[in-house]
Amino acid sequence: MKVLVPVKRVIDYNVKVRVKADQTGVELANVKMSMNPFDEISIEEAIRLKEAGHAEEVIAVSVGVQQCQETIRTALAMGADRGIHVVHDGDIEPLVVAKILKELVDKEGPSIVIVGKQAIDDDSNQTGQMLAALLGWGQATFVSKVEIEGDSIKATREVDGGLETISVMLPAVLTTDLRLNEPRYASLPNIMKAKKKPIEQFTPVELGVDPSCRIEILKVAEPPTREAGVKVSDVGELVDKLRNTAKVI
Amino acid sequence: MALAEDFTIEEKEEQERMVLESVDRFLERDVEPFAHELEADDTYPQEIVEKMIDMGLFGATIGTEYGGLGLSVSTYAKIVERVSTVWMSVSGIFNSHLIMAAAVERSGTEEQKAKWLPRFASGELRGGIALTEPDAGTDLQGIRTRADKSGNGYALNGAKTWISNAVEGGVLAILAKTNPEAEPRHKGMSLFLVEKSSEFKVDKRMKKLGYKGIDSGEFVMEDLFVPGENLIGGTEGRGLQQILGGLELGRINVAARGVGIAKACLLKSVEYSQLRKTFGKPISEHQSIQIKLADMATQVESARLLTEQAALAYDMGERCDMEAGMAKLVASEAALSNSLEAMRIHGAYGYSKEFDIERYYRDAPLLAIGEGTNELQKLIIAKQLLARYPV
Repeated sequence: MKVLVPVKRVIDYNVKVRVKADQTGVELANVKMSMNPFDEISIEEAIRLKEAGHAEEVIAVSVGVQQCQETIRTALAMGADRGIHVVHDGDIEPLVVAKILKELVDKEGPSIVIVGKQAIDDDSNQTGQMLAALLGWGQATFVSKVEIEGDSIKATREVDGGLETISVMLPAVLTTDLRLNEPRYASLPNIMKAKKKPIEQFTPVELGVDPSCRIEILKVAEPPTREAGVKVSDVGELVDKLRNTAKVI
Repeated sequence: MALAEDFTIEEKEEQERMVLESVDRFLERDVEPFAHELEADDTYPQEIVEKMIDMGLFGATIGTEYGGLGLSVSTYAKIVERVSTVWMSVSGIFNSHLIMAAAVERSGTEEQKAKWLPRFASGELRGGIALTEPDAGTDLQGIRTRADKSGNGYALNGAKTWISNAVEGGVLAILAKTNPEAEPRHKGMSLFLVEKSSEFKVDKRMKKLGYKGIDSGEFVMEDLFVPGENLIGGTEGRGLQQILGGLELGRINVAARGVGIAKACLLKSVEYSQLRKTFGKPISEHQSIQIKLADMATQVESARLLTEQAALAYDMGERCDMEAGMAKLVASEAALSNSLEAMRIHGAYGYSKEFDIERYYRDAPLLAIGEGTNELQKLIIAKQLLARYPV
């Protein structure tokens, strides 16, 4: 079977993000970009499925600007077999990405799509669920363990207060949580070989998807800076401040 | 040793970026968390070596036709810099291995290249170069190890010391005199590949101020037999020439280590000076600290640029002994002075074994001494300067 894995190009997790002066977004110029960490986990899981003999082919997909090819290339260096780049300049929303992915699923016929549960830039946590709905497939979100059992998947999900184990029929959409695996870094020979693996290109329109946005971002602002504390001389003053200044008791 | 011809400049840049990102991941996950303890106990980092084999680092600069990565020396120097920012000893494990490989790739016969390089590139067979002796280091023409004809090979007699990877490695390129009477002396010197065997074992590790973890070995050879086919290049009298070509690579290597240590000292100082407070404000707000930080940063950048320039000249196939000498000189001095300045900024914490600054302070002096002393580098620079601009 085939496994399809979307990978998103985001600001590197080590970078301290700064808001643009005009508050239209965050500063992207000269900022290090990398693969979304949850997507690395997805790629790792897909490669493991291949290594375990469950999958024959791993396809990495990215939607966005030309440099998304670098993100795809990283996935290829980790062990994905080929890439698909859907070229689009400008903002793109989860629903549009989900529609694009649906078209690619119809074209490629994978049995599993492994999606990062969210991207660390906008934290939307929507694409996987929307894709499952568009496809009419079952889904297991926030998975921390995946086992293939015949024509279904036994997945352990991280839910509030504990772990939930569910069984989902294939084909299915999985969204990955942090503890699913520790993604490998690409070996240097595999980085060299990645160049030879093919990357196909499409535009959203070629796939029959309208990429226009339905959401307008009005303003992006930094969180307010924390105010300095004050020292109190005794318990009486503390209680007074809690009651009358902070108004918490 | 350049990258395969079928890559464009953009593709090479992208590959370099990906390679460096992978190296960063390796350092962050597999080196940094363990470096402090391994160093403190002077333990050989076996697990790190295995990760480096998986990563393909032992084939970094070996040609792709032999299973190596064929990385440019410019990219390679950036790898060494990054590794040394975390723990210099780790770079030593593949540095002298690759200098040995470069000597075989440049000067070996076709049979030797086909026989040895794939094993070097995979990391299955790792080693180093054995030049230094108790009485000869920087002045290599003064070595006393002899290789006398014996049957269908040579018998080696002599002693080598301060040989990186001598204990843990499986093979060494040993410099010896095949004709001790030759004039000029270098015409009597030859380089041999000697694999470890029941007759050739190295057990003695030197105790050192720094550069811990990696083995620096010492050994004596008494009628050690080496087959004639292991004479690099197949012709006697070319050994010094063969190894000197590699020494420029070695100096770029040491320069990159210096940049790494100098940078580590700077980054830790920039961070610490903003956290530590004296007289009611972070010490980074005191001018005396700011002046130190500015000097340290300027040293890092000048060392880095000289190193990149030397590496670029090496990649272009230009003569680069002067450039490599300048890079080695400036970068090793930058490492020395930045490690001391970092210690002053960190105060007692810098002196403490709990933190890394004292390690950088112990590791840095090696760079000023090893791979040709800094004093010798100045002589090389001056000689070239006078040769390039004659009156």
